[in-house]
Amino acid sequence: MNVWLMALVLLLTTVAAVATVVMIVRDQSPPGDPYFLLLGLLLVALLVQLVVGLVSLAGTDADVEGVTFVAYLVTAVLVVPVGAALALVERNRWGTGVLLVALATVAAMQLRLDSLWSGAGA
Amino acid sequence: MPEPHELSTGPGRILVAVYGVLGVAATGRSSVQLLGDVGRAPLAYSLSLVAAVLYLVATTCLLLGTPLARRVALAACSVEALGVVVVGLLSYTAPDLFPDKTVWSHFGQGYAYLPLVLPFLGLAWLRRTSPRRRR
Repeated sequence: MNVWLMALVLLLTTVAAVATVVMIVRDQSPPGDPYFLLLGLLLVALLVQLVVGLVSLAGTDADVEGVTFVAYLVTAVLVVPVGAALALVERNRWGTGVLLVALATVAAMQLRLDSLWSGAGA
Repeated sequence: MPEPHELSTGPGRILVAVYGVLGVAATGRSSVQLLGDVGRAPLAYSLSLVAAVLYLVATTCLLLGTPLARRVALAACSVEALGVVVVGLLSYTAPDLFPDKTVWSHFGQGYAYLPLVLPFLGLAWLRRTSPRRRR
């Protein structure tokens, strides 16, 4: 598993989470392009991670739970757009809170991907 | 503030989101476990499936918000609360019963204790938004 890629995903997730917390405190909905650009970058990083993850999985001899690993890779990509869509349904701090849930999920899934890759089990 | 009977708006949205995540996680875990090797830990794996179904039912009912959905959600949250406490206790006192983990093992430790907190938040939210409490 590519450590740098995971670090990049976690960095983008953290920056987005901080921006989200600021919006929640101010009772705002995602205000505009910079925030969605950030989410877009995160999505691209997660897509790259999916491809790199699949390639590494195909090439490894290590004892990795393949099905679970791939499921995590794919779900991590889906979480961000679903969270963003739900956040736009209710344009106040509660809707924005859904984004925080989505970002926390991405972060948790990164940690799980790491432990799955190093064979620590599901 | 949202109308008091709106189950899935306001704070309810966050509840639905977290329930959704847990529903997907539990469904994923139970499918992998049941399709992989059922014989290894039949009790644990069946419980994973029960938990998964309960979370999906609760998510759906919170979204629907009809009087019937409200009753079903009440039942689902109650069973979840009972399940996580009983399985949590058993996983410490009788670990032989659980050769593999379930969502509810060790009070939902592997899921940041969300399985322990969520049903009670769900029950509190159902109570708070209850139509009977409206003037």
